[in-house]
Amino acid sequence: MKRFLFAASLIALTAVPALARDQIRIVGSSTVYPFTTAVAEEFGKTSGMKTPVVESTGTGGGFKLFCAGVGVDHPDFTNASRAIKKGEYEDCAKNGVTEVVEIKVGFDGLAFAHAASATAFDVTKQQLFMALAKQVPDKEGKLVANPYTMWNEIDAALPAQKIEVYGPPPTSGTRDSFMELVMEKGAESFDSLKQMKKDDAKAFEAVWKSMREDGLFVEAGENDNLIVQKLQGNTNAFGIFGFANVAENAAQIKAIAVDGVVPTFETISSGEYKVARPLFVYAKKQHVGVVPGMAEFVAEYTSEKATGEDGYLSEKGLIALLGDESAKVRESANAMTVLTADMVK
Amino acid sequence: MTEKQRKVQAGNIARRYAAEKRFRLYGVAALTVTTAFLAVLLVDIVWRSLPAYLQYNAVMTVTVDASKIDPAKPAAGDFEGVVKAAWREQLPSVESRADRRLLNSLLSNAGGSELRRQVLADPSLIGKEVSVPVMLSDDADLYLKGVVTGVARATGDGPLQIRAEGENYFLSGRGIDPGAIVLAAGGAFKIAPEGSSAPAEVIAAPGPAAEVPAGQWQLLSFDTPETGRKIGDRQAVWLEMLRDKNVFERQVAWNFFLNGDSREAEQAGILGSIVGSLMVVFVTVALSLPVGVAAAIYLEEFAPKNRLTELIEVNINNLAAVPSIIFGLLGLAVFLSFFGMPRSVPLVGGLVIALMSLPTIIIASRAAVRAVPPSIREAALGIGASHQQAVFHHVLPLAMPGIMTGTILALASAIGETAPLLLIGMVAFIVDIPSGFLDSATVLPVQIYLWSDLPEKAFEARTAAAIVVLLVIMMVLNALAIYLRKRFERRW
Repeated sequence: MKRFLFAASLIALTAVPALARDQIRIVGSSTVYPFTTAVAEEFGKTSGMKTPVVESTGTGGGFKLFCAGVGVDHPDFTNASRAIKKGEYEDCAKNGVTEVVEIKVGFDGLAFAHAASATAFDVTKQQLFMALAKQVPDKEGKLVANPYTMWNEIDAALPAQKIEVYGPPPTSGTRDSFMELVMEKGAESFDSLKQMKKDDAKAFEAVWKSMREDGLFVEAGENDNLIVQKLQGNTNAFGIFGFANVAENAAQIKAIAVDGVVPTFETISSGEYKVARPLFVYAKKQHVGVVPGMAEFVAEYTSEKATGEDGYLSEKGLIALLGDESAKVRESANAMTVLTADMVK
Repeated sequence: MTEKQRKVQAGNIARRYAAEKRFRLYGVAALTVTTAFLAVLLVDIVWRSLPAYLQYNAVMTVTVDASKIDPAKPAAGDFEGVVKAAWREQLPSVESRADRRLLNSLLSNAGGSELRRQVLADPSLIGKEVSVPVMLSDDADLYLKGVVTGVARATGDGPLQIRAEGENYFLSGRGIDPGAIVLAAGGAFKIAPEGSSAPAEVIAAPGPAAEVPAGQWQLLSFDTPETGRKIGDRQAVWLEMLRDKNVFERQVAWNFFLNGDSREAEQAGILGSIVGSLMVVFVTVALSLPVGVAAAIYLEEFAPKNRLTELIEVNINNLAAVPSIIFGLLGLAVFLSFFGMPRSVPLVGGLVIALMSLPTIIIASRAAVRAVPPSIREAALGIGASHQQAVFHHVLPLAMPGIMTGTILALASAIGETAPLLLIGMVAFIVDIPSGFLDSATVLPVQIYLWSDLPEKAFEARTAAAIVVLLVIMMVLNALAIYLRKRFERRW
């Protein structure tokens, strides 16, 4: 028996199973994961082909795997909660992944939410920046360590309530988006910081990318469901969420208006609510015909049934593209229009 | 001894007794706190997991229509369509297209799976009527379990007037306030915000009735406002009407134990990840037990004691303390990149975890071999056994209980491992239940991690239930370790 086991493990170690693959492999963002998995499952049920395997590796990790090369050892799709970066595109090209198709699948809104029983108030991006940044400009525009501990110290119109915010850790895509959509915009609303952006972009970046570390902003981990539980016990506290979580937990938490707009499915897809980001899936065109089901999977993802306004992904919390844009995306995705260098920022 | 000395001595004794008493108290306190934490944790998890084990099914008589399910090709039949037709017949008063869609959304999109199973097993059912349980959507199931909102029903006080004007109905009576929900005459209404002067919103069309006497109509109210739940007022009222017709039955949620992963909470199960875990453990045992025991015996019995073996010993001890994610990186570099093995397969997962548990197994096995009294070995050598015979015939059997205990405990911790699997692609959404060591698979703790992150409420209970299953597996393994130790233990 023992001899057999040794032999078996030796064979396992040396055999290199570089067989053809009959199953689509997808990697990438944990934000897009809940949507891509739903599409994968539906695809597996209706197409008669194997259900694709979807890994949750994060957007950056996804591009790294996706761009590592062409062939059955490398994934066919990657999910991303932001557009592909120039560096990633060049990395792809260097490894022979020259035909990348970008599919914009919808939007994800970020919500600033608190317990459903708490009294709501509106905030602006500038106020959020003042509440959460490590350094804020004082009246003369000089940077000082964040002195605010109460909302009404930022603006007398806000309630006398302690600043207490739970947010995702830096490894999270939600955090990246929050920084870019709220903190950067909030910082730019100060004249002194706008000037700084022109003079010393690096220093400006350091300002909006640094969250306060004095305990008023708490990194609560990747698990949004835990933050929901924390908010229920503390009506003063806020959390930073993906909109799907707020929609799902509407009995426990509610989103407040940012710049006068409350996030809803309508305000996000119309672009009225500004704290939202597009979500993407990238396909490797070179795998069409090599891995079965590539084109059919793209067709399923862009179908009205999935990403349409009443599609099954909207039930999962994805905010659909508006009519014109969705038609355009569908057309270019199904035609497998390849991304060119000048389309990447 | 002077009086003073005696006093000092008595004081000393009293102090020492007091110190010992305090120490015992600390011990009891520490134990109480630990037990309390453990109890709170366990009770909390088990409590949260309760909704996952049972589910509400709509048990309906379904006509297996031969025009929808072709007797020649039953597998391609439209089972969902058949089930949906039966579901709509339960509430014929729901007529408009939009309402029917809302009503259909209360069924799971795999509601016909049980019917499908039965018909495929016995094709003679086509054309007949069968009574089958039909799965509800996760939201409808949670509503019926009372997780979404509390429901209060009050029997109507006094008579209720229903005046029909074409499509519109006007209701008046005691308790008919704006927003109130009324069940009467086989239908259901929601009173308009303007009160009884405006036509009421028809949730289900009533039969012909002008006046409903006291006691034969009901007022419904929900604890959670409509904006706070996924099941709207209309859907909730339909579910209440169907509940009155005894359509629903609470049954064991076999899906949870027999399915692979799914994005629909009511269809998601743990079988795929349990099979994945078992495969990983099998590979781990097959590799790390023989290698680990052989290494331990060699190091303990045969190896010369020199600088080199000392260095190896130190390194084995160090490896036991290396964070598991490092082994994942090693697996990625060696098995995936160098040997070109596929991602997400249990074979690679088992190899990585085997590497991770090797040091622990070697250390435990060495301790067990060392604990065998030298007299046994010497007696064997004394009657002419070779060194190898002494080890394999006498020392190893006596060391086996210790080796087993060490191995099982190493495996128990390996079963709970997720970090190294992230890097080799086993943190993934996999629907199909793996059937071989080269099929994509995931493991139980990874399944727990993935579910805990999903927004749907119903996954909360599934996550807790999966944790309970993992805990049960751990307990069984630990019990096995204790049993093996007791069964084979020798004392000298």
